[in-house]
Amino acid sequence: MLYRSHVMVCGGTGCTSSGSDEVAERFIEEIKKAGLDKEILVVRTGCFGLCELGPVVVVYPEGVFYSRVKPEYVPEIVEEHLLKGRPVRKYIYGESLEEKAIKPLEETPFFRKQRRIALRNCGVINPEDIREAIAFDGYKALAKVLTEMTPEQVIEEVKKSGLRGRGGGGFPTGVKWEFAYKQKETPKYVVCNADEGDPGAFMDRSILEGDPHSVLEAMAIAGYAIGANHGYIYVRAEYPLAVKRLKIAIQQAREYGLLGKDIFGTGFDFDIEIRLGAGAFVCGEETALLNSIMGKRGEPRPRPPFPAVKGVWGKPTIINNVETFANIPPIILNGGEWFASIGTEKSKGTKVFALTGKVNNTGLIEVPMGTTLREIIYEIGGGIPGGKKFKAVQIGGPSGGCIPAELLDTPIDYDSLTSAGAMMGSGGLVVMDEDTCMVNVAKFFLEFTVDESCGKCAPCRIGTKRMLELLDKITSGKGEEGDIEKLEELAKTIKATALCGLGQTAPNPVLSTLRYFRHEYEAHIKEKRCPAGVCTALLSFVIDPEKCKACGICAKNCPVGAIFGKPKTPYVIDQEKCIKCGTCIDKCPFGAIYKK
Amino acid sequence: MKTLEELERIRKETLEKINLRKDRSGVRIAVGMATCGIAAGARQVMMAILDELAKRNVTNVLVTETGCIGMCKLEPIVDVYMPGQEKVTYVKVDEKKARQIVVEHVINGHPIREWTIENYE
Ligand SMILES: Cc1cc2nc3c(=O)[nH]c(=O)nc-3n(C[C@H](O)[C@H](O)[C@H](O)COP(=O)(O)O)c2cc1C
Ligand code: FES
Repeated sequence: MLYRSHVMVCGGTGCTSSGSDEVAERFIEEIKKAGLDKEILVVRTGCFGLCELGPVVVVYPEGVFYSRVKPEYVPEIVEEHLLKGRPVRKYIYGESLEEKAIKPLEETPFFRKQRRIALRNCGVINPEDIREAIAFDGYKALAKVLTEMTPEQVIEEVKKSGLRGRGGGGFPTGVKWEFAYKQKETPKYVVCNADEGDPGAFMDRSILEGDPHSVLEAMAIAGYAIGANHGYIYVRAEYPLAVKRLKIAIQQAREYGLLGKDIFGTGFDFDIEIRLGAGAFVCGEETALLNSIMGKRGEPRPRPPFPAVKGVWGKPTIINNVETFANIPPIILNGGEWFASIGTEKSKGTKVFALTGKVNNTGLIEVPMGTTLREIIYEIGGGIPGGKKFKAVQIGGPSGGCIPAELLDTPIDYDSLTSAGAMMGSGGLVVMDEDTCMVNVAKFFLEFTVDESCGKCAPCRIGTKRMLELLDKITSGKGEEGDIEKLEELAKTIKATALCGLGQTAPNPVLSTLRYFRHEYEAHIKEKRCPAGVCTALLSFVIDPEKCKACGICAKNCPVGAIFGKPKTPYVIDQEKCIKCGTCIDKCPFGAIYKK
Repeated sequence: MKTLEELERIRKETLEKINLRKDRSGVRIAVGMATCGIAAGARQVMMAILDELAKRNVTNVLVTETGCIGMCKLEPIVDVYMPGQEKVTYVKVDEKKARQIVVEHVINGHPIREWTIENYE
């Protein structure tokens, strides 16, 4: 039976937590009640990328996009839209509404500038149904590789595509595969890095939840290319939905004979196992990850030997990121040259980013390399909310850096970002407005690395801790002349001497904020002032005598009794006693108290 | 999976069912499904169209519902949009006519003029 309409209810982690399960159930129920269940299909999908607006529902064939759908809206949508063909404008995502028409999802500003290769099926298929993956060319690339190509040709195609690792390092994928292919030792292994530890990042999770088969297929292709018959997916246990969908996908792929023995009757065997990580950031580092897979402590080791020579169980192994893998099937099907025609001179293809922070449309986006930060923030992201001024964008997570307004026209590619003092990283983009204190931002990321440092090497274990202490000192108003220089010296030493990427890149957030926002550090140290008004220790709470009505509510609520006054005269705050908790600001009915 | 043919078969079979999520270039049939249309039997017309398409393995046709166009007494109304051609509006369609529209117009490309709105006396 053909269904004339499909109701896609997002089943990504974002929408599930905003209640999409209930919305889906309600749709099924109401559609049945209306007698439409033979004509209309309800599908649970992966993430659409607009999690902020969840639960998200898209109705095909029109592509009408409903946002923030509550279960109680469902009967109306079913009755009006599904039965009578009149989309319910009041529940539709505002940016797709026009005077007389409703634009389909792909034509809204959020989607128009995107180009979805790795995310091609996310939000479009039911990830728990292998047939839907197959319908949109799933496993076709594997079939092509196994029946028409030699391993050398596969590697050549991937090299031609110019694909570089999406997990942070940016190493050319084809070269990595070739390296492993040339190793004589067997057995060999293929590992998928799905540890995704950057705070706020959810690119890999969304791919695994929305299109797990693309990763399985790519791993099998990689196995064929390097001569491996076994794969591991290392995924953090904090991604229960991704793990569940992966398990279902592996199970179905085995049932359909797309994993296992003698795939397509070609004699090629390949199978995949899931390994759960406990969610330590350092376990995303490849050598630590290898240790963790083998049941050892997740600590890094020096390289060489590289995993391609000595990986899992001491055997040749390739490790690639989830998004890297998701790009492989389209490269095989459309050719390396096709992929290389997208992007810039040295950075090919697209990149997925998790766009968050002070921006109107937060979400998951995929753009061609070379797109500028301005396009991402102002066109796709819809600009900064509340008419605030843009200050900086943090890119690359705890290993990355901040890019200021002057450099908004920087194109997104590996080299431009590195020369701007940031890095591509795995794809976190945090937008910050004028109310953000850059010293505080640096402190946030450093706190993260201090927490996540495995402690194996001294520069990382002790050095980052010392840096954090300095930042603490500066933000609490105790900064002294010379602290900035100390920070810089520590940063240089740590970068040069730490054992693994975690330590080597940990100082980046500090260095990049020092590079572009040194004046903010200086204001904290020399003038004991936080220009953005964030660092509480440097602020004082004051009562505006003009606005104060002497009601005394602030004094009654002050937990330390720091506010004094008498009827009819404005109250005052004793700065010595004030602990800057902010209670008085919240309680004042006249908005008479402010920070300065 | 032992053969490529098998993969291709599953691909085609499933694509028919879910292609409407991606492909917007094919033929579109819109059935008037406001209160008036439904009262006049638009639901059965829609089901007949879906059934006929499925029976004949036609994949690139989208069937949608549309609202009332203000000619309630002519319902059920069915619009057929073919790429690059003007829309053809059929009026007073019933199940039998609907099946024929699918075969003659949508598949064979010959609009059935005597049932269109222009020729309604
Ligand atoms: C501290 C640290 C954490 C990392 N975390 C991840 C991660 O979460 N996911 C990932 O794919 N790569 C991560 N990497 C990069 C991996 O070491 C490795 O380069 C990558 O998985 C290789 O795959 P690719 O070439 O496809 O990017 C991390 C590296 C470091 C130093
Ligand atoms: S989880 Fe639904 S849009 Fe991201």
